Amino acid sequence: MKRMKGKDYWKKHLSRGAIYVFLIVVSFISVFPLYWAFISAFNNTAEILGGRMLPSTHFVENFKNLIETQQVGRAMINSFATSILQTLMTLLVCSIAGYGFEIYHDKYKDIVMTILMLAMMVPFVAILVPMFQMFSKMKLLNTWVGFFLPNISTPFMIMFFRNSARNFPKDTIEAARIDGLNELQIFVRMFVPMMRPTYAAAATMTFMNAWNAYLWPKVIMSTSDSVTMPMLVSNTNTGYVIDFGVVMMAVTLCSLPTVVVFFLLQKQFTNAVAGSVK
Amino acid sequence: MNNTAPAPRKRPFLTVARKQNLAGWFFLAPAALLIFYFSFYPMFRAFLNSLMTGRPTALAYSDPLIRNYQFMVKDKVFIQSVTNTLTYLIIQVPIMLILAVIFATLLNNRDLKFRGLFRTCIFLPCATGLVAYSMIFRTLFTYDGMINAVLLKLGFIKEAINWLNDPTTAKAVIIIGLIWRWTGYNMIFYLSAMQGIDYSIYEAARIDGANQAQQLLKITIPLLKPIILVTAIMSTNGTLQLFDESVNLTNGGPANATITMSHYIYNTMFRKNPNFGYAAAMSFVILIMVAVLAAIQMKVGDKR
Repeated sequence: MKRMKGKDYWKKHLSRGAIYVFLIVVSFISVFPLYWAFISAFNNTAEILGGRMLPSTHFVENFKNLIETQQVGRAMINSFATSILQTLMTLLVCSIAGYGFEIYHDKYKDIVMTILMLAMMVPFVAILVPMFQMFSKMKLLNTWVGFFLPNISTPFMIMFFRNSARNFPKDTIEAARIDGLNELQIFVRMFVPMMRPTYAAAATMTFMNAWNAYLWPKVIMSTSDSVTMPMLVSNTNTGYVIDFGVVMMAVTLCSLPTVVVFFLLQKQFTNAVAGSVK
Repeated sequence: MNNTAPAPRKRPFLTVARKQNLAGWFFLAPAALLIFYFSFYPMFRAFLNSLMTGRPTALAYSDPLIRNYQFMVKDKVFIQSVTNTLTYLIIQVPIMLILAVIFATLLNNRDLKFRGLFRTCIFLPCATGLVAYSMIFRTLFTYDGMINAVLLKLGFIKEAINWLNDPTTAKAVIIIGLIWRWTGYNMIFYLSAMQGIDYSIYEAARIDGANQAQQLLKITIPLLKPIILVTAIMSTNGTLQLFDESVNLTNGGPANATITMSHYIYNTMFRKNPNFGYAAAMSFVILIMVAVLAAIQMKVGDKR
């Protein structure tokens, strides 16, 4: 009896140890490529290809080579402007729509909502040709507006805000109406402040998506002045001789804003991912 | 406080209820119109485009109307791109979702130390852009790159592998990249769903003598079924539209061995002789594939 207990004890601890080892290996694999890209921004091509695992002394050199060959400043301005504008517009349009669908819902609005949800099944690439035609006709090629306009209203975000509006107390609305607030004022003064965490989550997710967008900007941002950061990263890897130090510098600069957002707002981002399907 | 007595008047057209109903419509109108104009309307136009031929500035209906579709079935590159995309889908999505369920199960254990740290690490790849990580993987896997250097040093391989220039290994690198980037993302869905499962169910199961694997198969997975279905549909949708990795990691090569459908559509639109009609026809095939696969997944998900 006692021996059995001892055997169980060891079995339990061994399997627990195996779980930790497994999770450490998985965590290492997850983090390593990013760590390596970051330290490689300090290294030259020979060191990067040779597998150097620590930063060396070529940071300034790589940075100089990058800004001499690519329009980094321009790309940063374009990426920040488009991502921030897209985030603000998305929050504005989708939050009030989600609120409208939930608070004033009736048979007809529910039907409209169901139809809008179908748009989730439309792959963006499937509408690429007409979208390009429409945007060139509207003279929106190579503009910030052209970048964010098709992306500000998404079924996903409308649903996200609709779900959170479900938790908005009906009594608050009634009380506000008796106080003489009109419907828009109730939304602006009561709903928006109360749903700050929801907004933070939606903003985190939208910013990350906008920052990393590639296919649509590649289609409509075709001049060198309208380049965005992901396009710039892609451009560093062309030509016969590739300077990998420059590539990794571009990768690092491009990843920095999203990694910072990730660490600052990880909880919000997690909530956005998980909350979208509740 | 309003002291003036209300003047006698007819019943107003806008009753309070009507006013509120109208406010609701106003609130949802911008979002709804944007989706109609930038999703549904282009879909309709894409279908018309797919029946056209000619230069982008001089598109005209083709004769016969389905000419683009007829050409498609004979186009070797298109067939290759469909095969590639489906290969990624069939191999990558199941591996990724199974790994995500395993990670979520391990991290859902409340006795585990450093849960938050492990979760952050596994979720971290999601902070990287698709182009950025494609570039990292491309650099890691180049012929004279780090992966080969390390494998040679450790003696796992005798000579360097030309990862990105061999059809099989190039596909494998893309699949490895996708798994690296998206497993943590899916894990977050499962972890959050698991938090909704009453922990005492597991305790009761343990008392009944159920081991870890049985708990996973008999309790966790059945309860997670709806969310697994959602992630499966999202992953399928995403994989069928794969673009960034194909362009930046392998550039579709060697000899179109890794090109995806979206990549080929882009090339058809903007490389050499732009052919918008044919690109639209191919993109319509993606639309149908997404719809069919989603329908199949929902059917299968319902039955189990």
